[in-house]
Amino acid sequence: MDDGPRIGVWVCECGGNIGGVVDVEEVVERFRGYVAEVSKETFLCSKPAIDGIRDAVIKQGLEGVILACCTPKMHLETFMRSLEEAGLNRAYIEVVNIREQCSWVHMADPAGATQKTIDLIRGAVERVRCSTPLEPLRMKVIPEVLVIGGGVAGITASLRLAEFGMKVHLVEKRPSIGGHMIQFPKVFPTLDCSQCILTPKMASVSKNPNINLITYAEVSEISGVPGDYTVKVTLKPRGVDLEKCTGCGECSPVCPVEVPNEYDESLGSRKAIYVPFPQSVPPAYTVDFGSCILCGKCLEVCAPDAIILDDRPKEIELRVGAIIIATGYELYDPMNLSNYGYGKYPNVVTGLEMERILDVNGPGMGQLLVPKTQRPIKSVGYILCAGSRDPENGKPYCSKVCCLYALKQAQMLRDRGVEVWLHYIDIRAPGRRYEEFYRATQEKGAMFVKGKVTEVLPYSEKLLVRGEDMMLNIMVENLYDLVVLCPPLVTSDDTLKLAKGLRVPVDEDGFILERHPKLDPLATKRDGVFAAGVVTGPKDIQTTTSEAEGAAMKAVNFLSKERLIEPNKAVIYASLCDGCGACIEVCPESAITLRDGRAQINELLCSGCGACIPSCPKEAMDQQGLSESQLKAQIRGILEPSEAEIKIIAFVEGEVAYTAVDLAGLARIGYPSSFRIIPLPSMSRLKLSHILYAFALGADGVMLLEAPEHEGPYGRAHAISEKRAEEYRLELEDHGIDSVRLWFSRIYIPDWRKLERVFKVFHSTIEGEGPLDPETRAFLRNRLGLT
Amino acid sequence: MMNSKNVLDSVPEEIEMALGVSRQSYRYGAESIVFKARVEELSGQNINLCYQCGACSSGCPLSKEMDLLPSKVIRLVQLGREDPLYSRTIWICSTCFECEVRCPRGIDIASVMEALRQIMLRRKYSEVRLESIDPEKLRGLPQIALISNLRKLMA
Ligand SMILES: Cc1cc2nc3c(=O)[nH]c(=O)nc-3n(C[C@H](O)[C@H](O)[C@H](O)COP(=O)(O)OP(=O)(O)OC[C@H]3O[C@@H](n4cnc5c(N)ncnc54)[C@H](O)[C@@H]3O)c2cc1C
Ligand code: SF4
Ligand code: SF4
Ligand code: SF4
Repeated sequence: MDDGPRIGVWVCECGGNIGGVVDVEEVVERFRGYVAEVSKETFLCSKPAIDGIRDAVIKQGLEGVILACCTPKMHLETFMRSLEEAGLNRAYIEVVNIREQCSWVHMADPAGATQKTIDLIRGAVERVRCSTPLEPLRMKVIPEVLVIGGGVAGITASLRLAEFGMKVHLVEKRPSIGGHMIQFPKVFPTLDCSQCILTPKMASVSKNPNINLITYAEVSEISGVPGDYTVKVTLKPRGVDLEKCTGCGECSPVCPVEVPNEYDESLGSRKAIYVPFPQSVPPAYTVDFGSCILCGKCLEVCAPDAIILDDRPKEIELRVGAIIIATGYELYDPMNLSNYGYGKYPNVVTGLEMERILDVNGPGMGQLLVPKTQRPIKSVGYILCAGSRDPENGKPYCSKVCCLYALKQAQMLRDRGVEVWLHYIDIRAPGRRYEEFYRATQEKGAMFVKGKVTEVLPYSEKLLVRGEDMMLNIMVENLYDLVVLCPPLVTSDDTLKLAKGLRVPVDEDGFILERHPKLDPLATKRDGVFAAGVVTGPKDIQTTTSEAEGAAMKAVNFLSKERLIEPNKAVIYASLCDGCGACIEVCPESAITLRDGRAQINELLCSGCGACIPSCPKEAMDQQGLSESQLKAQIRGILEPSEAEIKIIAFVEGEVAYTAVDLAGLARIGYPSSFRIIPLPSMSRLKLSHILYAFALGADGVMLLEAPEHEGPYGRAHAISEKRAEEYRLELEDHGIDSVRLWFSRIYIPDWRKLERVFKVFHSTIEGEGPLDPETRAFLRNRLGLT
Repeated sequence: MMNSKNVLDSVPEEIEMALGVSRQSYRYGAESIVFKARVEELSGQNINLCYQCGACSSGCPLSKEMDLLPSKVIRLVQLGREDPLYSRTIWICSTCFECEVRCPRGIDIASVMEALRQIMLRRKYSEVRLESIDPEKLRGLPQIALISNLRKLMA
C-alpha cells in the first residue's frame, strides 16, 4: 500500500448527525494501516479540528487529505484554504460526503450506511493516489475595454469606465454618437429635453483623454480569449479628415446633392456632405459616398483642406480585455403590417418619425404637418402594439416603451391643442412615475380606446381607423389627420452579426442572451463580454443607463486583477491525436481547433465540461483534475473490495443534480444504501468504458443524474449526454448487460423530492434483476484487460 | 342587466363627423364636445380620468337594476355620447356615493349622474310623477325613498 502519496483520513461524527448512524469507530479501524494517518473528530469544521489537521499534515509530512464529513458545498473552500497554507496542493484534498449521502438518508440501515461510508472513503483515497498537482492558470489581462455602439448605453458605459481610469475604445457605426435618444425632443416621464441632457455627455466623450472615439466604423473581426481580445475595426471612408475639419459647414450649402436624412427618419433631407444634426459628436462632416457625385464643389470652399474625395476604407486593430455590447435596436418594419397602410399613405408614420415631427428642429421645424402633403395635423390616432404581442404578425413580446412614448407624444400634442386618440390593448405603465404619467395624459384630455385596430383606410385627405371599443362592445370608425404606429423594438442584423463573431448566444427574438436573466443580467454567456441597453431587450432610458453603469463596473471588476483560471481543462496527448476533428464538433465552447493536423485546446476557452473526451476515437484526450486514471481508481476503490450486496454507481452532475441530492439528505429522505455517488461536471464526461469498468468491478447498476438541459453550468454539454446514454444502453446489450441496468434522469434542484422515488425504483429494478452474473463480469474484466 | 347594443340603438340621432362627412360616428363631433363639457361643468369632474376599472359598477348596490352600468355611463360621457341621458340608470341611482368612495381616479360618479339628470330635467323630462303613484302605495313607501326621488325631481 505504500506506493504513492502519504494520505491522512479524517472522519467527522458531526455530533450525532453522522456518528448516530455510521459506525465511525469501525470506519476508522478499517483504514488503520491502509493510510498513513486516520482519526475521527466530533466536529471537523471547528477551528481546533481544522488547525489540528493542518498541524498533522505538516508534522507527518502528509501529501493527501481525505475529509469524510458533510457536503463539500459547506466547507470545502475553508478546508482548502487552510490545507493549502500547510503546503498541500488542491488536487490532493478530497471531501467525502457521508452526511447528506449516508447518515441522513440511511438512518434505518446503519450497517449499509457504514459500508457505504467505507466504500466512498476508499474511492477518494484511491483517486487521490492517482492525482497530479493542479496549478491555476494565470493570465494577464489587457486593461482596456471595447464599447460597441454609441447610444445612451455606450456613452454612459464609456464615461463611467473612463472616469475609473480605464482606457476605452468606443466604436459607433454612424457619423455621430447619440443613438436613438438624440432623436427625441423630450423624454418620458419627466418631459425634459432629451438633447439638452444627452449633448453634454456626448461632448464629454469626445473630450475625455481615456476615450478613443471611433465613429463611422464597424467591428469586422474579433479573435482571442476573454481578457485579451484582438479586434479589427473597419473605418468607413469618411471623406473628411477628422483632425482638419473645423465643422464650419461651408461645404454643405454648395453640395448639389440632396438626399433623405436618416437622423430625421428620412422625413427631412441633407446634402451628400453633411453632419446628421448640429450638435453631432464628433462635429466633423462626412461625405456620403453612396450619393456623392464627386463634383468637387465642396473642395473649393473647404478652407482647411479637410475633404478627401478619394478616401478609402481603413482597418485598425485594437487589443482589449473586455467588451461591452451596446448596439441597441431598430424598429420592426411596419411595411409588414399591410393592414395599417404604412408606406402606402403619407399620413401613416412610426413613433420614431413622430419624434422627429414633434421636434422644433425636425423636418417641419416644429410645425405639425403631415409628411409630403404638408397638411396641418389636428387629430392623431395612435395604434399601439402594432406588431408587438403578436407572434402571428410581428413579435411575441411586449416592447415595453411604446405605451410610454405614445403617452409622452400625446401630452406634447395635447399641449398644442391637437386631438389625440390612443388605440391600445393594455396600457402598461409599470415603473417609477409612469402610472402618474398615464394619469397626467388622461388629465390633458387624450382619449383611450381599448381594442386592437384592424385596419387603416384612406378617407379623402384623412385616414379611417377601424377597431373595437371593448369597453362598450361597439365598433369604432374614427377619422384622423395622422396615424402613428408603435411597432416593436427589434434586434438588428448588425447585432446578430456581432453576436455571431463574438460567439455570444442570442435568445429566440435575437436579443443578446444574459448569462442569467435574473441573477447576472449584464453579463453574456462569454467571460469578459457584457451587454447593456436595448440590445438585451426593450427597455427605457433609465434602465438602459443603470445597466450601462453596471456593465462598466462589471468590466472593471473583470479586468481589475490577474485572472486565475481553474485548471480543470481538457488535454490532448498530441502523439495519439490523428486530427480527425471529432472533438471539435462536440465542444460547446468551440475551444478546440486543428493546428498542423492535430487538435489543440485553448485552455482559456475550455470550460472543463469534459464532453469532448468520450468523442475521441483514439483515446487521446483526458482532463486535468479529473483524469481517466483518477476516475477509474475511484470507481475501483468504491466497488472492488465492497461487501455490499447490491452496488450501484450513481454519476451525478456536480452543481444542480448534486445540490438536489444534498437537499434530499437535508430533508432526511430515506433511500436504499446501494447507491455510491461520483460527481462529474456533466454526464457527457462519461465514456462507455467507465460504465463497463464499473460493471466489471462489481456494480450491478449505473445511474446518471444529469442537470436540466438549460440550467446546468456547462451549456450544451448537458444536452449531449442524453443521446450518448441512449447509445451506451444499446452497447451494454451488445456486452450482454440488460440495458435496464443503466438509468438516465435529469434532476432540477426543486425536484429533490422526486429523488426518493428515482432511487427506490432503480434499486428495486436492480434487485429484481439480481446481481450481474459472474460470467459477464469475467468477460468484461477480460475485455478491459483487468486482472 | 346592461345590454349596450340595445341602449345604443335607442339613441335618437347620431352625431356626424367633423368635416361634414356623413358617416355614423364614434368619435365626438361638435355637439358631443359641448355635451361632455356641460356634464363636466355641472358635475365638476374630469371625466377623462376614468380608466374603466369597473369599481363603481361592482360597488353600486343598484347596478343589478340598471340598464347601463355606472362605469359605462362614465365611458359614454367620456366619448361625448348622450346615450346615458336616455338610460334608466340615472334615475335608479340613489346617490348613495358608494361609487365615489371606490373610484381610484377620484371621480364622483354620483355627481355625474346628478348632472345627467339635471340636463334631462331641463329638457322637461321627468321620470317620476307623484300623481301616477297609487296613494295607498305612496303611504307605504319609506320616506327617504320619496325624498331622494323628489331631490332628483328638483335638481
Ligand atoms: C419612438 C421612441 C421613443 C422613445 N422615447 C423614450 C423616452 O421618452 N424615454 C425613455 O426612457 N425611453 C424612450 N425610448 C426608448 C429609448 O430609445 C431606449 O431606451 C434607448 O435609446 C436605448 O439606448 P441604447 O443605447 O441601448 O440603444 P440605441 O439608442 O439604439 O443606440 C445604439 C447605438 O449603437 C449603434 N450601433 C448599432 N449597431 C452597431 C454596430 N454593429 N457597430 C457600432 N455601432 C452600432 C447605433 O448606431 C446607435 O448609435 C423610446 C423609444 C422609441 C422607439
Ligand atoms: S463632391 Fe460630393 S460631397 Fe462634395 S459637393 Fe460634390 S457631391 Fe457634395
Ligand atoms: S468539450 Fe468541454 S472539456 Fe472539451 S475542450 Fe470543449 S469545453 Fe473543454
Ligand atoms: S370607478 Fe372610476 S375609474 Fe373605475 S370605472 Fe368607475 S369611474 Fe371609471
